[in-house]
Amino acid sequence: MKKEDVPQDLSSLGKMSKEVCYATDNSGKYVTKLSKGWDIKITALDATWQDIEERIAAAHEKVLHKETSPLLFFMERGLMDIGILASYTGFWKWQIKRHLKPGVFKNLPDKKLRRYAEVFNVSVDDFKNMNVHED
Amino acid sequence: MKINFEHLQSAHCENGVTQSLLKNIGVHQITEPLAFGIGSGLFFVYIPLLKINNGPVIAFRTLPGHIFKRTCQELGIQVVRKKFTSKEQAETFLNECLASGHPVGCQVGVYYLPYFPKEYRFHFNAHNIIVYGHEEDKYLVSDPVMENVATLSSYELERVRFTKGLLAPKGQIYYPKARAIVTEVQIKKAIRSGIKKNANNMLQIPVPIVGVKGIRYTGNRIKKWRDSLGLKQAGLYLAQLVRMQEEIGTGGGGFRYIYGAFLQEAHAYHPIDTLLEISKMFTLSGDLWRTAAVQASGIYKGRIGSQEDFNVMGDYLLEIAEIERKAFLALSKIKWRT
Repeated sequence: MKKEDVPQDLSSLGKMSKEVCYATDNSGKYVTKLSKGWDIKITALDATWQDIEERIAAAHEKVLHKETSPLLFFMERGLMDIGILASYTGFWKWQIKRHLKPGVFKNLPDKKLRRYAEVFNVSVDDFKNMNVHED
Repeated sequence: MKINFEHLQSAHCENGVTQSLLKNIGVHQITEPLAFGIGSGLFFVYIPLLKINNGPVIAFRTLPGHIFKRTCQELGIQVVRKKFTSKEQAETFLNECLASGHPVGCQVGVYYLPYFPKEYRFHFNAHNIIVYGHEEDKYLVSDPVMENVATLSSYELERVRFTKGLLAPKGQIYYPKARAIVTEVQIKKAIRSGIKKNANNMLQIPVPIVGVKGIRYTGNRIKKWRDSLGLKQAGLYLAQLVRMQEEIGTGGGGFRYIYGAFLQEAHAYHPIDTLLEISKMFTLSGDLWRTAAVQASGIYKGRIGSQEDFNVMGDYLLEIAEIERKAFLALSKIKWRT
C-alpha cells in the first residue's frame, strides 16, 4: 500500500484516536502514517453489529413466546456464549443450558438469579422480566 | 507516583508493548517492525471447529504473548511474567512493580475497556497495555494502539485484567527484569533467528490449518461457505475474517506490511539485497489481503453474492498463499554472511 492510499474513512474509533498504518513512500521505503479508519473495516463491524441486534430481537421474541428464558436475551445482549457465561457465573455449562428452559428458569431461587444479574449488571427483577435501561 | 515513561503509538498492541518496554530499559534500537520480526510475529491459523462471537477463529499473527517472549529471548533479556488467581494479589504485585520503577505490560480483555468505542468491545482477551504509574485513584495507562495515554480506576483495571473466556488474561503481568544494553551483533543474530523461526512456522508445521497451508485451506473452504452456511452466515464469516485481519491499527493486511517494513530494517543490519526483494513480496501480499477484504465486503454488504464471487474470494487467498510460500522459502534460503 502506498502512503497516499492509506484510507481516511472516519470510523467510531477514528473519532477518538487515529491508527498507525505501515505503507510505502515514493521510493518504496516503509513509513508510518495515521489513518482515521477504513470503510471496509467499518462495514465489517456494522454487519456484525446488525447481526447481533437481530439475534437480540429474535431472543426477545422467543422469550415472549416462552420458547426460551430471559437468560438467552441477556446472553445475546452481552455478546456471550454459554462458555463465557459459565466462566463468569461459575455455573456449569449444562446448568446454564437447563436455565435456558422457561420452566426451569421460573423456579430458580433468587440466589442463582443474582449470580446472573450481577454479571449482566442488572437487578434481579429486571433480569427476570427482561427489562433493560439503555446506558 | 509516575515512572519516567514515553508513550509510543504502534500499529499492533503487543508489538507496541514490546517496543515501549524494551526502549524503556535501554534498548534504543528497537522499533515496532523489529519487535514483530524478531518475535516471529507473522502467522496464519484457521481453527474450523472453534467459534468466537458466532464466527470462525482466524488469526493473522502468532499466539498472544509470543512476540514479547521471543523478542526478549532472542535479545537475551530476562523477563518477569506472572499470572494470578487472586485479584488482590494481582493488584499488590502491580503496585510493587510500579513502586520499584517498572512500567509493566498487562494482558487485558477489551470487553470492559472503557476508553474503547463500544463497537469494538467484544470478548477478546488478548489485548496488551502498559501501566506506568498511579496518580490519586487512577492508574496511568499507555495503550499502544491509541494516540494518547489513558487512565483507569483500580476497579476498571481489575475488571479488564480479569475478564473471562477464551485466553482469559488471569491478571497476567510481564516486564523485562533489568536494564540492558543490546549490541548490534545481538540484533543481527536475533533478526536472523527470528526470520528462520518465522519461515518454519509458516512452512513447516505439518498441520493443514496453519501457515501457508492454512491460508490455502481457508481459501478452499471459503468457496464452499455459500453452500454450507447460506449466503447470510457466509457473509458474516467473511466480515469476521476481515475484522481479524484488520485488528485495530493493522489497517489492511497490516501484519504483512509490518513484516515488509521489518525486512527493510533487517537490510540495514544485513545488507543482503534479497531482503529488499522479499520485502516487496510482502507488500504485494498485504495489498492482496486488502483486495480480498474489499471483495469480502461486497459480499457482507449484500452487493454481490454469487458462487462466482465466493470463488474469486477463495482464489485471492490461494494467490496470497503462493506469494507467501515463495517469500518464506526465499527467506529460509538466504545465505547469511554474519
